[in-house]
Amino acid sequence: MTVTAVAPARRARLDLSWPVLIGFALILCALIVLPMSWLVYFSVTDKGHFTLANFVKLATDPTFIDPLVTTVILATSSAVICCAVAAPMGWLIARTDMPLRRTIRALVTASFVTPPFLGAIAWELLAAPNSGLLNQAWRALLRDPQAEPLFDIYTLPGLIFVVSCYTFPYVFVLVANALDRIPGDLEDASSILGGRTWTTARRVTIPLALPALLAGALVAFLQAMTLFGSPAILAIPAGFHTMTTKIWSLFQYPPKLELAAAASLPLLVLTVLLLRAEHMILGRRSYALVGGRQSDPRLVRLGAWKWAALGFAFLVLLNPVFLPYGALLNAAFSRVATQIVSFGNFTLRNIEFVFFELSATKLAVRNTLILGVSSATVGTLIAVVISYVTARKAIAGWRALAFLATAPIAVPGIVLGVGLFLSYTRPPFVLYGTLWILLVAFVTIALPAAYQQLQAAFRSVSVDLEEASRILGATRLQALAHITAPLLRTSVIATWCFIFVGVIRELSAAIILFTSETKVISVLIFDLNESGDLGAIAVLGLIMLVITFAVVIAINRIPGFGAIRLRNA
Amino acid sequence: MSKRSLSRRDVLKASTALAATTVFASPLRAAAPPAEPVTPALIEAARKEGKVVWYTSVDLPLAEKIAKSFEAEYPGIAARVERAGAERVFQRIGQEYASNIHAVDIVNSSDAAHAIVWKRDGLLLAHVPEDVAKFYPAEHKDPDGTFASFRVWVSIIAYNSSLVKAEDAPKSFADLLDPKWVGKIVKAHPGYSGTIMTATYQMARDLGWEYFEKLAKQRIMQVQSSADPPKKLALGERAVMADGNEYNIFQLKESGQPVEPVYATEGSPLIVGPNAVFKAAPNPNAAKLLNSYMFSPEAQQLIIDVGGLRSMHPQTKEKPGRRPWSEVKTMKDDAAAVEKMSEEIKARYQKIFKV
Repeated sequence: MTVTAVAPARRARLDLSWPVLIGFALILCALIVLPMSWLVYFSVTDKGHFTLANFVKLATDPTFIDPLVTTVILATSSAVICCAVAAPMGWLIARTDMPLRRTIRALVTASFVTPPFLGAIAWELLAAPNSGLLNQAWRALLRDPQAEPLFDIYTLPGLIFVVSCYTFPYVFVLVANALDRIPGDLEDASSILGGRTWTTARRVTIPLALPALLAGALVAFLQAMTLFGSPAILAIPAGFHTMTTKIWSLFQYPPKLELAAAASLPLLVLTVLLLRAEHMILGRRSYALVGGRQSDPRLVRLGAWKWAALGFAFLVLLNPVFLPYGALLNAAFSRVATQIVSFGNFTLRNIEFVFFELSATKLAVRNTLILGVSSATVGTLIAVVISYVTARKAIAGWRALAFLATAPIAVPGIVLGVGLFLSYTRPPFVLYGTLWILLVAFVTIALPAAYQQLQAAFRSVSVDLEEASRILGATRLQALAHITAPLLRTSVIATWCFIFVGVIRELSAAIILFTSETKVISVLIFDLNESGDLGAIAVLGLIMLVITFAVVIAINRIPGFGAIRLRNA
Repeated sequence: MSKRSLSRRDVLKASTALAATTVFASPLRAAAPPAEPVTPALIEAARKEGKVVWYTSVDLPLAEKIAKSFEAEYPGIAARVERAGAERVFQRIGQEYASNIHAVDIVNSSDAAHAIVWKRDGLLLAHVPEDVAKFYPAEHKDPDGTFASFRVWVSIIAYNSSLVKAEDAPKSFADLLDPKWVGKIVKAHPGYSGTIMTATYQMARDLGWEYFEKLAKQRIMQVQSSADPPKKLALGERAVMADGNEYNIFQLKESGQPVEPVYATEGSPLIVGPNAVFKAAPNPNAAKLLNSYMFSPEAQQLIIDVGGLRSMHPQTKEKPGRRPWSEVKTMKDDAAAVEKMSEEIKARYQKIFKV
């Protein structure tokens, strides 16, 4: 390649690339290798002695096998459902002239912003078999108060449904962004050669979007597998465990850390295998799409079908957005959470309680904001550098970096929480009890998805632009800063927002790592759910959503920063 | 109405006798520490600290009301409530102390066994509020002055009166095994709730574990905190609760919700919630002040009137319309036994109920 040819001439000048890259490798080690080492160590020990007893118990005890099977069913079903819904949605929004596309995209973002545990609680309000609003409506419709419920959210299908509702945006964002980036001229070429709309979609658009869809399926699977809040809220009342809730239950006093560590390793192995599989499927093809020249994506005209498409989109959005938000809003102002607000039972009691009586509100909101902004900034920075290194194979150990950056996705937040707890409660790094440990946790948890997102973006930006810059004498970092980063601005902002939202949603690691001084809103809501204070949860949940939207919109409005994204959307 | 076979006195005497032999196994030590009155100096010192952190399992709205009433009584001292199920509070304190984090000033658990453990580990400060010294019966205070019963209540059965007619309602734990309750029962969990931990011990002892095995076949809805079953009843999500806080049922019933308490003929598990101040409290003076305040007749009357709890302070009055405490047939509490068996209870429970 041209780069190697000119490299010797450039050597003489100061190039900070290597120290920076090595520094980031070290950070990754601190984030991931240290806690994971502790986990592995714990999984093969029993009070300091080497043993495989934990794994034997894991493989033979039905109270471990059942949750594992449940988890695989949950993750697989959710991934399939998410792809089946997100792919057509993404295509409709990115590539067709369906009306209200911008609104719908914003609404999907809204469902992404909704923490899964909040969604699960909202769906309890909607579809608990007896008190759920939908079931009440169903019985009213049949005029039979004894009728069997239409929905029962406290079941495995109920859980799969709720998990899919709040995992689907991941797939949607990946697919829609990929479709945004597919240049119109490829499709035009297909049309000019006589391909009809459907042929073009099938032969050009879909294959080009496939990597994103596969990545989306993978992310959905892993999300569903490692999710803690929704199963804790829906599966425990139903009397079954998933792996994450099982692992959580192992931390009841006295904590069985060894077993918990061992129980998390099958999830890690599964993830590694899946990532290998993805690599084998996609690895041989090249998907560089954004070159020096680009034309805008071409929109498919739907004609009369556009109203059907719009109906489909709204029907989908009913589940993660309209119904749950309606239920939460209702619960916030109703004396009884599952009664429709009327003159008789309207109350401001919940608002008053959360703002003026609940002594943890202010602290939790402040901690959440601090952590959200700092984790998003630090996490984006790390993800940009690492995805650059791996996408451009910039240093010899890039494969290891890629693995490290992806590995945390296999570790349920709660287990990562324990790994971090073990790592950072002893010298030289005593971070427990401070916000730092939560920052480390949140960055680590956000990293895989942020990395995947940015890496996909880097892959689609052709390397020739950078090479041009480097031929003209720029260092790697200069090329990154002046050429690649601006091209990826949309992705970078999206990643920042993505991490910020992820932090707000995060519950599973926080639940292990918080202390009373470092409580965040998600933990507060979870505590409130434990004692069934649904009105207060509704108010806090809505506050949380308002904060999130305010920040996301503010970031997108910074002049010359997020403007592009808004225009595209 | 169930007929009472054991008076509350009998129960208390029995538990005292038991306590004397087990809990306080070394009673012949120096006399209990002297009562500490609330002095202007203490108030001043507490104001300087400016805040106090209270870990508790009291149902949150009530806990916040207690905290707010303290703040009203002593302006300038912010009381922050850290509320979770007692077993989670216990785990949290263990986790924090293991890492040398001393965030908790004062604790109120719903599992009296916790106080035994903390005291044995040397974590508790001997602090005897004046009211405790003067008015509290011996069986409701530690002879070494490290804890005393801030609140007492029972875990009861209850039903939603718009879903179940009074004559069809269960009268006993045995009644809950009737097939007509399949899929209609809500129940809290001993892994999270101290109340249910205590109740599970007493019920397993008196009714046998077979009882729980049969109950598990009723397809119960499993929630965590003992404050939640009453709320699920009020929503109409389930018709009957197998266990849960009497005090939440009182609160809900008196606010007009369709819930009715049932005092099982077998007796209702007796729950005692001790208060304790930590030696390493970051705000030691505010902690003492809050502890003293919580045992004052005003605060104790508040937890009765607003909270629906029972008080052992003889200067308090019961609220009319509730079953008088003397007429509640309780099971016998035994914190020391709970402390020894808590792991086994959790393990057996998980085996039976799958979660």
